[in-house]
Amino acid sequence: MLVFPGSNDDRDAAWALGALGADAQLVWHAERALPRDTAAVVLPGGFSYGDYLRCGAIARFAPVLVAVRELAAAGGPVLGICNGFQILCEAGLLPGILRRNRDLEFVCRDVRLRVERADTLLTARCEPGQELTIPVKHGEGSWYADEELYGELDAAGQLVLRYAEDCNGSVGDVAGVCNEARNVFGLMPHPEHAVDPLLGSGDGALLLAALVDAARVRTLAPA
Amino acid sequence: MRVTVLVRPKQGILDPQGEAVRGALCKLGFGVGGARVGRLVDLEVEAPTSEEARAQAERMCHELLANPLIESFEIDVGET
Repeated sequence: MLVFPGSNDDRDAAWALGALGADAQLVWHAERALPRDTAAVVLPGGFSYGDYLRCGAIARFAPVLVAVRELAAAGGPVLGICNGFQILCEAGLLPGILRRNRDLEFVCRDVRLRVERADTLLTARCEPGQELTIPVKHGEGSWYADEELYGELDAAGQLVLRYAEDCNGSVGDVAGVCNEARNVFGLMPHPEHAVDPLLGSGDGALLLAALVDAARVRTLAPA
Repeated sequence: MRVTVLVRPKQGILDPQGEAVRGALCKLGFGVGGARVGRLVDLEVEAPTSEEARAQAERMCHELLANPLIESFEIDVGET
């Protein structure tokens, strides 16, 4: 779990992953290496570097990102949540970009999502078309790609999650995407805030548990 | 060398901030048909010539100051 100056969901996400059986360790942005045997990386929500210039634009230069790029290039699972999604887009690890919400409002509520692709490591515990309820909380989460790029991503099955209701003006109501190799993911909704039905919804655990599954497979695989 | 970089939302890209500004100006009684909000960056660039300063600023825009998916930029190189 990376921690940038201004991250604020790192502990929640680390706790959620821990509850789902992962050994989640916080890694400061200035580190040049990931802990030994790191099987997966999560970039948390928040406001890294104050969101100066554009959300995620500065964080992509963080020293630790070099190691994250290496892990991603080697097929390691990487998940960016909210600000983490913005960072991965700015870093060129995910397609498209997150813009100011269409109605300029900070959207903070539970939203319904539809699983478009259940054939990815993040959605492996979901059914195609399944609806999930997971909260969002962002001012700049309106995902954008031009028509050509959108068509390519749609055809390649990289548009993993869509909002099942109007949320922020995202092109195609896209809420989550993955890279071409399908090991790097970005989501605006916060699965770490939806891991216990007592707090509204446990649907986020479906995604995070699948990430833990993928990390475990990687840990057990011979090097 | 003083360099001014102007970053704008690309044409055709929805600019909700500009729309809000336009709406507010209209409420003040101004007849404003459109408003787009961008960003201005004043730089003091270390470069021997204005050509070199401009070339550097262009690289800065591509690498950081603008996001080519949604923003265009304009560079103005000053005298000193």
